[in-house]
Amino acid sequence: MKSFALITVILTGWLLLSAVSDFPSWGDTESPANDYRLSQHYITETFPESSVPNMVTAVLADYRGYDTMFETVVIFVAGIAIMSILRRKPLDYLKDTGRETRSYKKDPDLIIDTTCRLMIPIIQLFALYVVAHGHHSPGGGFQGGVIFGASFILLALSRDLQAAQRWVPEKRVLNLAGIGILIYSGFGFACMILGSNFLDYEILHKIMPATPVEARSHSMLGVEIGVAFTCTAIMFSIYSNLASNGDMKETL
Amino acid sequence: MELLEALSTKFNYWIYIIIMMIGLYAMISKNNLVKKLIGMSIFQTAIILFYVSIGVKEGATIPILYHDQVHPSHGYSHHKADTGHIEDHHPSHEEIVANLLIEPDDFGNPLPHVLMLTAIVVGVATLGVGLALTQKIYRDFGSIEESEILESIKSAK
Amino acid sequence: MIDQSPALILLAPFLLAILLALLGIKREWLCFPLVIAGLAISVAASVVTLLRVIDEGTIQYFFGGWEPPFGINLRVDGLNALVALAVSTVSLLTAIYSKRAVPAETSDKVSQFYTLYLLSVTGLLGIVLTGDAFNLYVLIEISALTSYALIGMGSRRATLAAYKYLIMGTIGASFYLLGVGYLYIKTGSLNMYDIQEQIVANNLHGSPSIFVAFVVIIVGVWIKMAFFPLHSWLPNSYAYGPSTTSALLGPLVTKVMIYVMIRMILTVFGPEFAFDQLDWSNIIVWMSVIAILAASISALAQASLQKILAFLIIAEVGYMVGGVWLADKMGMIGSIYHIIADAFMTLCVFLFAGIIFTKTGRHDISAMEGLFTKMPLTMVGFLVGAFSLIGIPPTAGFFSKWYLIQGGISSGHYEYVAALLISSLINAVIFFRIIEIAYFGSKPAEGHGYHHNEEQKDGTMEASFSMLFPLLITAAVLLGIGLYNQEVVEIITNFVSQFNIGAIIL
Repeated sequence: MKSFALITVILTGWLLLSAVSDFPSWGDTESPANDYRLSQHYITETFPESSVPNMVTAVLADYRGYDTMFETVVIFVAGIAIMSILRRKPLDYLKDTGRETRSYKKDPDLIIDTTCRLMIPIIQLFALYVVAHGHHSPGGGFQGGVIFGASFILLALSRDLQAAQRWVPEKRVLNLAGIGILIYSGFGFACMILGSNFLDYEILHKIMPATPVEARSHSMLGVEIGVAFTCTAIMFSIYSNLASNGDMKETL
Repeated sequence: MELLEALSTKFNYWIYIIIMMIGLYAMISKNNLVKKLIGMSIFQTAIILFYVSIGVKEGATIPILYHDQVHPSHGYSHHKADTGHIEDHHPSHEEIVANLLIEPDDFGNPLPHVLMLTAIVVGVATLGVGLALTQKIYRDFGSIEESEILESIKSAK
Repeated sequence: MIDQSPALILLAPFLLAILLALLGIKREWLCFPLVIAGLAISVAASVVTLLRVIDEGTIQYFFGGWEPPFGINLRVDGLNALVALAVSTVSLLTAIYSKRAVPAETSDKVSQFYTLYLLSVTGLLGIVLTGDAFNLYVLIEISALTSYALIGMGSRRATLAAYKYLIMGTIGASFYLLGVGYLYIKTGSLNMYDIQEQIVANNLHGSPSIFVAFVVIIVGVWIKMAFFPLHSWLPNSYAYGPSTTSALLGPLVTKVMIYVMIRMILTVFGPEFAFDQLDWSNIIVWMSVIAILAASISALAQASLQKILAFLIIAEVGYMVGGVWLADKMGMIGSIYHIIADAFMTLCVFLFAGIIFTKTGRHDISAMEGLFTKMPLTMVGFLVGAFSLIGIPPTAGFFSKWYLIQGGISSGHYEYVAALLISSLINAVIFFRIIEIAYFGSKPAEGHGYHHNEEQKDGTMEASFSMLFPLLITAAVLLGIGLYNQEVVEIITNFVSQFNIGAIIL
């Protein structure tokens, strides 16, 4: 297997290297990728068309919003997939090991507990800022959602999984994830019902107190919130399923 | 000399290919299922490096418009605007756009960043599902060494 | 609403998947109706779209109202519309079959199973319809991630198979992504048609980057479709997963990937580049000959019905890859027609295998003893599927092979024609062995071994209606697209004649 791998790697590497001489140099402003009308359009027209100064957010949530919706679905699928692969009934677990549940550490350490108690609200506040400020600075739904999910993971690490699950039981996690995608696609379907194409936010100015251009910007924020819901929920779900090997006490 | 120049101006591609091949080698040759997943992660990260390096422009900044461009403050010089807005005048979107001057070479290419956000998400998802499968394999077979698992399947027959 | 039909094809199963995930956890009875509703809307939208394509020609749908290359579009032509209709119909039929199979095989995870099922179909339909090269990658990953989970829900062996599939599938998809990156670095665009325009406008056909992009994309797609030397993930994944999973993924995943290959060759790189400039026809046709023969012989050596079918899929992939690389119009038409015919043929035999498994609890072919007397209707359905795989008229399999052989002869690749005939012969041997066991096998009445069956008073143990119905419909569809092959081929011919491929006979 080792020599086979080596041959494959050398052949692939040689193939990929053979094209390097054809590539533009590092940082070339004249390269086709940077000079083509696509990239130029995103840089110069984003603000006039959607009043969002952060081009990455605008391209992500508007121009390529369809992609991003499925990106959210990828996260959702990962959460459901991990759950469906690992999860088993508490009964099966008993049969396997004879123990009722995993032994969790009972009393938390004072210093760790107090520190995390202080940190978790701040982390969550910062996560909300990252979501809300994605139009003007680096950030957005994915990043904010992951930070928010991390705060729950910190709670689970500092106490135990059950403590975190009191806040976000599994059923709520699944609902949150589903609602996130529903918010995202809801914007799309609303556009469809109002007679425009899927995710064509401009038409939403009919039901929003905004001009067509502002409607794009507001819808992007709404969409990012949906993404944040899903990200938060699924990050925690992935952690709790992997960390407990699918043996959480409560079933669905 | 030519080779040196090719190396120095196109070093990003060399680095990504080397990293990618390390990952590919681990994916094919390693016997341990978790090590394979580590290889997979390296492999995918190399592609992200490749894409992001496409969008780099010499002398350009991150693809977010400057604050002054979006919030032009009339009557104030650039420095005073930083100290606070005393005036209440908010120009409308059309007014801002009419005065907006964007030099494309000032900003990095946003598209690779967007694409790679997707690739990162996909990488996380694949890694998570891979780890879940590995855990289930360990639960069922009691091992994460591929050769041991195959042996236990054979002996079960 | 008619304008929205291309988007509805994939948005209907998508929306209902999310609703199912939200509502189905506590209300298991809701899952099945929601799945059927989503897929039925999808089939209806595909029919409408196909009729519109026949009427108006190519349809475009801009997501977000942005025109390509700035936004993402769906671009539906004759090829897309046909494959999308096949995909949605196959998934609807499999969903009907799954009514009893899913609760039996994955008892406590019904809502998760169906959510993943619908999202998998969404991913496959999205791959078929999209006009954006990067969007294709995202949807490939959705369909792949859902497949890993759907397979991994099966038995012990299935988990290991799913792991292998994950590693191989990730290599394949990453290669595809890398190829798109190589195209992007030279053209600056991600829209398939725009890439093609840029390649022609900047005269990039000779560029090494485009060459590497082509190789990397094709190899990536080959891994995903299990073309012979890269097929190692497929047999175990389809043999050990739950029977509904095999009946969904077996017919669809490989076919959709062949669609991607054809789309890449014809639309993105252009047949002039793929066939004329790179003169690889001989090598790849020979590779496909080896693939067909090796897979057929491996199928002959298997004892379990699911494994036989898995190897037959690999042989069929060889047919289609070879047919495309004949670089001949007839071969291309044959391959596209075979995508549709093969989706239904494979569905037919996989449904049969699933029914046998639920009735007898066994996978090996000796489980089929005496089935003609016990399950006559099931056997009728199976016979049509088997005859189609062998290539007996008037089933669809005969006509697709007919076109492929014509393509092989007119392009002078006689080794391909010989491989097709030999493989048909091997298929005949395999299926007549099964038919023999089912017809002449040891008398069932005295048997004590059938612990799992629920034999009825008159000695028959026909499958339940929800399992039998999709099987018989599939058989009818096979006969239908066989008898009306002229109409299907006409749509394909209209599509293929836009391109300048090899010798033109029509």
